[in-house]
Amino acid sequence: MNGIPMEHGLILASILFSLGLAGLMLRRSMLFVLMSLEVMLNSAALAFVVGATAWSQPDGQAMFLLVITLAAAEASVGLALMIQLYQRYRSLDLDAASRMRG
Amino acid sequence: MMVTPVVLSFLFPLMGTLVLAFSSGRLGARGSSVIGVGSVGLAALATLWAVLSHTGDREIITLWTWISVGDFQPTIGLGVDGLALVMMAVITGVGFLIHLFAAWYMTGEAGITRFYAWMNLFVFSMMLLVLGDNLLLLFLGWEGVGLCSYGLIGYYYQGLDNARAAFKAFVVTRIGDVFLALGLFLVFMELGTLDIATVLTRAPEFWAEGSATANLAALLVLGGALGKSAQVPLHTWLPDAMAGPTPVSALIHAATMVTAGIYLIARLNGLFLLAPDVMLLVGVIGAISLLLAAFAALAQTDIKRVLAYSTMSQIGYMFLALGVGAFDAAIFHLVTHAFFKALLFLSAGAVIISCHHEQDMRKLGGLWRKLPVAYGGFIVGGAALVALPLVSAGFFSKDEILWQAMAADRNGLLIAGLLGAVLTGIYTVRLVLGTFHGEPGSDHARHPEPGTNLITHHLPLVVLAVLSTFIGAWLYPGLGGLFPDAPGEAVEGGHTLLQVLAIGAVVAGLALAGWLFLMRRPWLDDVASKGAGASLWKLWHHAWGFDALFDRVLVRPWQWSVRMLRFDFINLIMNLPALIARGFNAGLVRSQNGRTRSYAVVMVFGATVILLALALVPGGVA
Repeated sequence: MNGIPMEHGLILASILFSLGLAGLMLRRSMLFVLMSLEVMLNSAALAFVVGATAWSQPDGQAMFLLVITLAAAEASVGLALMIQLYQRYRSLDLDAASRMRG
Repeated sequence: MMVTPVVLSFLFPLMGTLVLAFSSGRLGARGSSVIGVGSVGLAALATLWAVLSHTGDREIITLWTWISVGDFQPTIGLGVDGLALVMMAVITGVGFLIHLFAAWYMTGEAGITRFYAWMNLFVFSMMLLVLGDNLLLLFLGWEGVGLCSYGLIGYYYQGLDNARAAFKAFVVTRIGDVFLALGLFLVFMELGTLDIATVLTRAPEFWAEGSATANLAALLVLGGALGKSAQVPLHTWLPDAMAGPTPVSALIHAATMVTAGIYLIARLNGLFLLAPDVMLLVGVIGAISLLLAAFAALAQTDIKRVLAYSTMSQIGYMFLALGVGAFDAAIFHLVTHAFFKALLFLSAGAVIISCHHEQDMRKLGGLWRKLPVAYGGFIVGGAALVALPLVSAGFFSKDEILWQAMAADRNGLLIAGLLGAVLTGIYTVRLVLGTFHGEPGSDHARHPEPGTNLITHHLPLVVLAVLSTFIGAWLYPGLGGLFPDAPGEAVEGGHTLLQVLAIGAVVAGLALAGWLFLMRRPWLDDVASKGAGASLWKLWHHAWGFDALFDRVLVRPWQWSVRMLRFDFINLIMNLPALIARGFNAGLVRSQNGRTRSYAVVMVFGATVILLALALVPGGVA
């Protein structure tokens, strides 16, 4: 493959990962936390695709499919948790569910 | 295991205890009373049957063999002889009357089931004590009655003072029990058995008369008897034990348990005869106790405490009798004392309940018209206590004791006994006059509610009153054959002189009391309220200050050393690991704040540190 150098792809992936991580750590709404997680997963998947393309290995593409599947499963569990959170606390604020302290 | 009347006599109270203890309050007050009183009543009937079917010889009833290893076959057995039967008759007979009275006394109190469960257990333990053919079984009963005494003194457990009194009784008698246990160890080590009959036959074979070992064994057993029977110096628990309900004081702290020491010494008479010095000590302690307690009884205001000190004083007479070798006279006085002291305590109980739990003599008075039954009980019981000549039971038994002291040529003990008789007259008259005559001291005494129940109030008092007269003295069978000859057997004449002296002492006591309390009352109050008289009153009121002395010499140094040990430096070192663990715990608890976001932050931080480490450490990335 030619055109886009591998570095550019990896830089994009790390920027996406950092954004996702920052969102995960800073956001209080569970909806945005879950979206941040999706972004982080996808950035990792992007890194796989970039690497696979650069070295012409099909394994990376296969990993991408795996990551997509994982993300779907994670999203369904996360959304179920979110519904539970909303039903218990009438809010999506993660800090509200902090009773397991001490 | 054979079911004989003797076995039944102690199985009934045991069953009563078990039924009451496992009913956990389902029986109600009435049901508990019926079972509690009924079981002792049945035991009394069984004892009557046992007495009637007794052949006169000592019989051993083996209940079962504990273990059987070669020659070593300890059995659980009962030894039935005249002494055991007399004790059983007193325990179940007087015990039944007191239980019956308790049904009236305890009406409306909380925890009737607990009360009767303890009382029945007490009767069972006391029966075990007098029936055991083995010193170990005797010791089991001995500890059992101590436990029941503790449970019943602290019956009104919500008052801190009552709990303290129970604690004190338990600890002080435990000191005596340690001596007794050591004595049993010594006997077992030296004689190789604890079977009472074998001990008594082996002791003269193994030990010479007056040898050090015999003296030590007798001394240790005496220590146990002193604790249980409240003699100087282990006597301080008895007056405080009056914190329990009055029937408890009547049964345990007058009629039966406190006389266990007398029974023990009489039972082991062969052991004591080998130690003449200890025998003398027994008599001297008895004389000291009877005088100290009689003086203390002069200066009490609580009617139950007067009776408690008089109990101590009368047990002193029994010790005096034991000390001169008149075992039969001691048991005789034990029996008559059980009758008249139970009567006095129950009459006092009748006064206390009728006057709404008022037991201070200064606040009573003028009750004789309003409480005729209790007054009659006090008059008859008091007559027996002062040993009124010829008509009272106490006269015959006390006369026997003084006569034996005289025959044994122990003039010091005899004089103490006669002086005690004078003092007994004075404090008894003071008690009766203070409670029943004069002006009522409070509204409770002005409007008493006399007991009216024929069965549970009148019957026990009347029966005990009859037993406290000469009839009770006639009923005593005499156990002369069981014991070595008393000193009086060998002496001719002089008994009449002694009787004149004894009657003189009683009459002198009564006359002096009558003169002091009826004619010179204001003068007496004046003397007792200032100067030397007041100091003397204070000294006697606190029973010669034994409590304060023991508190300073024993209790406080002990508590001080315990407090010191609490701040032990070795303890600090031992506590160091715990302190460190607690510190870590406090730190980690703070990190557990329940916020998902901060956990994420910590995770990211940790991952970063590991990545950096892997990247920066040379050769880190394998």
